[in-house]
Amino acid sequence: MAEAVFFYLFTGAMLAAAWSVVFNRQPLYSVLSLLVVMFCLAALFVMLQAYFVAALQVLLYAGAVLVLFLFVIMLLNLAPEALARMRVFTWQGGGALLGLWLAFLLARIFAASAQDEGALSAASAPRGSVEAVGQLLFEKYLIPFELTSFIILAAIIGAVTLGKREVPAKR
Amino acid sequence: MITLTHYLLASALLFAIGVVGVLTRRNVLMILLCIELMFNAANLAFVAYARALGDTGGQIIVFFIIAVAAAEVTVGLAITILLSRQFKTLNADEVSFLKW
Amino acid sequence: MVMLAWTILLAPLAAAGLVWLVGIHRKPLASSAAILGLLIAFGCALQLFLAGRSGALILPLETNFAWIALPGLTIQFGVLIDPLSLLMTLVVTGVGSAIFIYATGYMHDDAAYSRFFGVLSLFAFSMLTIVLATNWVQLFMGWELVGFSSYLLIGHWYAKPAAAEAGKKAFIVNRVADFGFMLGILMLWAYSSADPAQRTFNFLQLEHAGLVHGAMPVLIGLLLFCGPVGKSAQFPLHVWLPDAMEGPTPVSALIHAATMVAAGVYLLCRAFWLFEGLPEVMTVIMWVGGVTAFLAAGLALVENDLKRILAYSTLSQLGYMVMALGLGGRTAGMYHLTTHAFFKALLFLAAGSVIHGTHEQDIRKLGGLWHDMRWTSLTFLIGALALCGIPPLSGFFSKEAILTVAFARNPALFSLGVLTAGLTAFYTGRAWFVAFTGKARGHHGHESPPVMLIPLFVLAALSIVGGFLGLPALIASGVHGAAAPHGGAGHAGGLLVMAVSIAVVAIGLGLAWLLYGKQVVLPGQVARALALPTSFVEQRYYIDELYSWYVLHVQQRYIARSCEWVEQRVIIDGLVGGITALTRWLGFTVRLLQTGRVQAYVLVFLVGIVWLLTSALH
Repeated sequence: MAEAVFFYLFTGAMLAAAWSVVFNRQPLYSVLSLLVVMFCLAALFVMLQAYFVAALQVLLYAGAVLVLFLFVIMLLNLAPEALARMRVFTWQGGGALLGLWLAFLLARIFAASAQDEGALSAASAPRGSVEAVGQLLFEKYLIPFELTSFIILAAIIGAVTLGKREVPAKR
Repeated sequence: MITLTHYLLASALLFAIGVVGVLTRRNVLMILLCIELMFNAANLAFVAYARALGDTGGQIIVFFIIAVAAAEVTVGLAITILLSRQFKTLNADEVSFLKW
Repeated sequence: MVMLAWTILLAPLAAAGLVWLVGIHRKPLASSAAILGLLIAFGCALQLFLAGRSGALILPLETNFAWIALPGLTIQFGVLIDPLSLLMTLVVTGVGSAIFIYATGYMHDDAAYSRFFGVLSLFAFSMLTIVLATNWVQLFMGWELVGFSSYLLIGHWYAKPAAAEAGKKAFIVNRVADFGFMLGILMLWAYSSADPAQRTFNFLQLEHAGLVHGAMPVLIGLLLFCGPVGKSAQFPLHVWLPDAMEGPTPVSALIHAATMVAAGVYLLCRAFWLFEGLPEVMTVIMWVGGVTAFLAAGLALVENDLKRILAYSTLSQLGYMVMALGLGGRTAGMYHLTTHAFFKALLFLAAGSVIHGTHEQDIRKLGGLWHDMRWTSLTFLIGALALCGIPPLSGFFSKEAILTVAFARNPALFSLGVLTAGLTAFYTGRAWFVAFTGKARGHHGHESPPVMLIPLFVLAALSIVGGFLGLPALIASGVHGAAAPHGGAGHAGGLLVMAVSIAVVAIGLGLAWLLYGKQVVLPGQVARALALPTSFVEQRYYIDELYSWYVLHVQQRYIARSCEWVEQRVIIDGLVGGITALTRWLGFTVRLLQTGRVQAYVLVFLVGIVWLLTSALH
């Protein structure tokens, strides 16, 4: 029972925060709403016994990525009004409806595929510990793990190059 | 009783909200934020499946997604800064020089 | 023997190649290469002929190589030696050699001397390709090559508008005929066998196997006859030949006496097995020949240009040959072709000698040449008498053979032939009396050099003895299966025919003498008395006018304009423009998708995904 309470609590908070991310006029608030989403997600991960991932979620997303967003927002010093205009009523607003339709479809697919599993059995071993994940990561997924560093290296170089380039006068 | 389906529905809704954001916000920064939402929706689905199938591999994928997302955000934000410098705008509609 | 056969065909080609590649600025090399090439061919042909006589060579000799090999269709290129082709080869190379030698004298000062000989060699090769062809495709190739090289030769003096026009005219008129001819060849192939893999163009195989049941032989025969109508200048496509006299005289002699125009007659002989069994086609052929013979003789009556008189005479004699073939007289036709090649080449060359000596070819301005150009006149006289059919010259025998056949088969055509013989005698006599006897009218010629006279003597000798060479027997030996109709004077009624034709010729010559030699009545008075027919003949029966009316008022005005409309409106505006417009419209439409907005792309992308998912779920 407690599980259901926590699930609905965190899920509700997460969706509400996500809504806020999308429809908030002020970017800063959006970022902060995203922070809430991250925390709720981490909580859900904990409920799913993925402790390590939950920790990463908080550390990486909340700690690193969102701070980066905040930095950029502050760096650019954006005026809220210029950014806030929505276009739900332009033709691309149809995309919103499309997104909802997509959600419905995804739900149907997931529901169809999850039928066999039924309830999440408490019997399955809690294998989301740091030890379990770490072992898997450094044994079975060692090469992909190492390759990830290349991606990050590339991203760093790209970011530095883009950010540092002296912009020529607009032609 | 909370089943896998509950988690997956939550993931789908989160993803859809992200899609709506990507499609409707005109600020490049906001589009990036909404992409993060979509990433996290995928993460949730993976972790839920990892739990349901008793396979920790799903969590490893989440780890990778987080790494890639970090890289993506880094480059994306660099581009955003460049855009605001060069075009003095963050409106995605105005940055349409790839048109025709 | 096979080597000899190939040498006949390839020696002129080698000569042409030599002239074109290295001889174009070396006049002696050019002419000697051309002459040597043809003489080699003549020598080889002679050797083959003698071998065939002695029995060392079994005729027919056929050698082929696969020229174009496609799945289900092999087109061969080869050499076929049988009595027919051998005789024709001897005529072409022999008379041709005489003309080539003559041409070195006639064209001596021509600026394009080497080019002339190069084209002559090419022409000889083309003609031999026709004669020695083993199949219809090779023959057609030679046929077209002859058309092309004759275009070059007739238009040799292309700076002269009339010559250029005449070359064009010959080419175009022949093209009209060749179209039908080609259709005929293709139909012949299609009906040569029921089994597509067995179809053939080969002469001997076709002759042996015949056509399949259900073929349309009459149509095929008529279409094939289109070819000779064009090449042998039969009515109504005869219009190109008189104009072709714009070419140098050796060309006239070569093309219009010995070779090109004879190709049509040769073709009729070659495919005689086909025509023989088709009475309808034979009727058409004989009447076309007879009408041509008569009409052309009529045209020659009022012509004043010496070469053109000979051209009409050629038409007339070709008509004779075609008529003979149409009547079933294969031997007679081929016989006349041979003797005609001798004496008509002689006449043309003699006329060329006159033109060379006086620079004049209007007979009204000539006269008394007998005194200035004794040898030329003598040879011309021999040729003229042979043409009239005075015994014992060669023309007498061959003409006799034709008239005998006509007498036996078709009285109407016989009387037409006799009438034509009279007209022939008359216009020949006219040319002789006006140009060669009497007093000179301002032009004093000088005799031509020996290099021109010697060929004349050779041809004159051939014209005299041509009747005694046993040619009919040789020709008849080449007929496969079908009984050769008897020509010759020994036939029943032969004496009657002989008497009639000699009488008619005598009347014709006598009239000519009275009018132009003795001048009892002035020719102008006769012309006035017969004003209507004279003007009709002088306008060449208005056939050229008919054609130009057709071209200008029907073809250009209606057909060409409709074609132009189709081209401009349908093809260019419709097809080309339509495709352009469609492409532009599509591009414009698709371009609208390229908004440059990231989110629009995302939207399209999502629509696609949603569509895929939706269709996957249902």
